[in-house]
Amino acid sequence: MTAIDVSYRTFKVWQRNRDVFMHMWKAETTWPVFEPLVVLLGLGLGLGRFVELESGQDYIEFITPGVVAAFPMWTSIAEGGWASYNRMSYQKTYDAMIATPVSLDDVITGEVIWAASRGVLSSFYILIVALALTPFWGLVQSPLVVFTLPAAFLAGLMFGSMALLATSFVTSVSQLAYFVSLVIIPMFWVGGVFFPPEELSGTVQTLSWFLPLRHVVNLQRGFVTGDLHPSMVVDGLWIALVTAALYRAVLWSMRRRLIK
Amino acid sequence: MQPDVLIEARGLTKRFGNLTAVDAIDFEVVRGECFGVLGPNGAGKTSTIRMICCVSPVTDGRLRVLGLDPAREARRIKARLGVVPQDDNLDTDLTVLENLRAYARYFDIPKAEAIERAWDVLRLMSLTEKADEKIENLSGGMKRRLTVARALVSRPELLVLDEPTTGIDPQARQLFWQKLRQLKREGMTMLLTTHYMEEAAVLCDRVIIMDGSRIIARGTPAELVRSVIGQHVIEVHFEDGVREAAVEQVRRLADGLRIDETDDVVYVYEAPGAPGRILDLDLDAFERLGAAVVQRRATLEDVFLRLTGRELVE
Repeated sequence: MTAIDVSYRTFKVWQRNRDVFMHMWKAETTWPVFEPLVVLLGLGLGLGRFVELESGQDYIEFITPGVVAAFPMWTSIAEGGWASYNRMSYQKTYDAMIATPVSLDDVITGEVIWAASRGVLSSFYILIVALALTPFWGLVQSPLVVFTLPAAFLAGLMFGSMALLATSFVTSVSQLAYFVSLVIIPMFWVGGVFFPPEELSGTVQTLSWFLPLRHVVNLQRGFVTGDLHPSMVVDGLWIALVTAALYRAVLWSMRRRLIK
Repeated sequence: MQPDVLIEARGLTKRFGNLTAVDAIDFEVVRGECFGVLGPNGAGKTSTIRMICCVSPVTDGRLRVLGLDPAREARRIKARLGVVPQDDNLDTDLTVLENLRAYARYFDIPKAEAIERAWDVLRLMSLTEKADEKIENLSGGMKRRLTVARALVSRPELLVLDEPTTGIDPQARQLFWQKLRQLKREGMTMLLTTHYMEEAAVLCDRVIIMDGSRIIARGTPAELVRSVIGQHVIEVHFEDGVREAAVEQVRRLADGLRIDETDDVVYVYEAPGAPGRILDLDLDAFERLGAAVVQRRATLEDVFLRLTGRELVE
């Protein structure tokens, strides 16, 4: 495995994606604003009427950190998955960029950072939504909530790398469905967003510990409630470790696919 | 290596597993020339180009681009190359001007200068009126010219064009060629792959013809036509049904000349060493056979087909 060849030019890849995004940010805003809003109100209030948590917490309060964690994940996955596949395969943007002094590692790194940036933007929108609802339901309980944004960036690097790794293996855009339905959707539903993972039965609970989303939810729960816990250090380390491994893997896999 | 040799390939080889795409080829490209790489699909043209552009590692042999080794100095080489790829890979979500600006950024060209250069290359390629247009609103020919404009934004020392006019209409192609000739007059060195022989004939100073991963002929287009074909070619076109008899007759009448047969046409080329003889042929005799006869000047296309065969490569 050869050394990583990343330079400051990775930022130019990020800038290119930003330029494109500036043409469509309005349409791209509706999804991260309205979906979390609907989920918070629909599940939080609707389903919440039938839910009684051991902690005595309101259900809408319980799911808020999960929503802050999980919906930006979808944004980063969509960016590293469908959007990146489109750039790589149909628009041949990667080919155009690697014909310049930009290296493939710069391209992939820029794509990962871009996917993370989109995740941060989504979490920012969700934060606004949650703050707007806070006078009514007390969703945000601490000024530490601003740390959900850097946490979303770290999580975005992880989910972006994960999706790009899937992108590096598929040969059509529809094949991304394997990755999304077999990896992301199970993680979304059992990753601690909608119910406490402690409720899972023995083995499943042990296995679910390894789900990266679960640790992102834990971190965000700490920042949203202001109730910091030493286990958050473990959450952060696990996310960092998984991110490093996925990032290295995606560099290797994209070179395998594109440098022939 | 002399400073004026911009590309030097010695025993250049590319293998994909067991498949040898480029088999120990030698050539050099000197400053100021337009150098053509011709060959049927699968001959190894694009693999050669990709190695020169530092996006595909050299398997074996020696390659120097602008005096540098692609394996070790890819970024420095790519900073001085202008690449026009086979497939359009413009940013369809950006406007024409934004495409050029984003591309200039990859070369560390500051914003103000990038804008200035963008207008320069748009003027050069007659695209100024399209500056704020979205890519999807451009015609095929405009997209190709914009791709050249984009490659020129970094003021490259060497322009590499991989089948640049595939899929565009004849008018657009003529304009495209005119632009490339203009660049050549201004001293731009160009490396061009194509399977349009007319393109090679109007643009290239020297060409190599590749087939089966090797170089099978090299020279100026005129030299190749003269040495491989001669000056004149006669095509004898048959109606269905008379082929057997007619081919027999042509063989007899054109005895000693070189002949290529296809299902419905027989090509008669000059005899080696006796260039005048083809002009003595009795064309009326062919026509009395019920054939349509065309006498014309030999072209690079004749050279290409004669050397690489008339069978379809797919």
